[in-house]
Amino acid sequence: MYQPVAVAAGDHAQAHESEHEVSKFGMWLFLASEVMFFAAFIAAYVVLRAHSRGAFAEAARELNVVLAAVNTLALITSSLTMVLAVGAAQRGDRRGTVRGLAATIALGCVFLVIKYFEYSAKFHHGIYPSTNAFFGCYFLLTGFHGLHVLAGIIALSILLVVASRGVFRDGYYTPVECTGLYWHLVDVVWIFLFPILYLLH
Amino acid sequence: MSHPVATRPSVVVFAWLVVLTALTVGAAHVDLGYPGGVVVALAIAVAKATLVGLWFMHLKYETRIYHAVALFPVVLFCILACAMVPDVVYGSF
Repeated sequence: MYQPVAVAAGDHAQAHESEHEVSKFGMWLFLASEVMFFAAFIAAYVVLRAHSRGAFAEAARELNVVLAAVNTLALITSSLTMVLAVGAAQRGDRRGTVRGLAATIALGCVFLVIKYFEYSAKFHHGIYPSTNAFFGCYFLLTGFHGLHVLAGIIALSILLVVASRGVFRDGYYTPVECTGLYWHLVDVVWIFLFPILYLLH
Repeated sequence: MSHPVATRPSVVVFAWLVVLTALTVGAAHVDLGYPGGVVVALAIAVAKATLVGLWFMHLKYETRIYHAVALFPVVLFCILACAMVPDVVYGSF
């Protein structure tokens, strides 16, 4: 009578483990496709830049490097708080998970608010996506990246509500891990956008 | 269960990311010429992305299949870059 119960419990743990692996692998496949999404636009930027390097360098000087550097730090820090949230969820530490997620969301919001001020400054100076090829690329790349940050913030907010209910315990933390992977990728994309848009003169 | 997240190494990686960010901003203020400036900026970006991938996305502790999935778009981008060479070098438009 005892045996079937033990087997069932073992199966359950195994199902748990394989669900984790399958979800994580699916997220990695999605991330690979996300990289190609941005790669296509970056390729367009490279080709356009090759044809008018002087004009691109000139236009890039209009951008605010200080704000972009602060935004880079905000995303890097948010990646750290995300890692800490995943670690807390692994240990079943509800407060730690909630704190880590809340900090990550807050830093994501800081990024978007700064991006908003950057965009409004450009519009104020009469700079739009149609101004020239550089700003076409700039608004395209940063716009899509900003949408990804927004999507991440929404996903993290849902996760925050779920985490606050104490769902992530006994080794179950798959959604935190997968959302974390997505958030880190958004950080990686910005790690490339920052130098190619703001720093190359 | 996957490899447990350790706080200390994560903070060390974070510190490196901050240092590399400062370095890339600093390098932008030095005239490294062309393509020197581009090479330095991209090298630092690749280093930062590698740190995030290996430690924060814990590829360091994943099996080979994950490394393959992570490197696949990199390989595709290299192929795309090769296809872009005529456009970049000869200016076909």
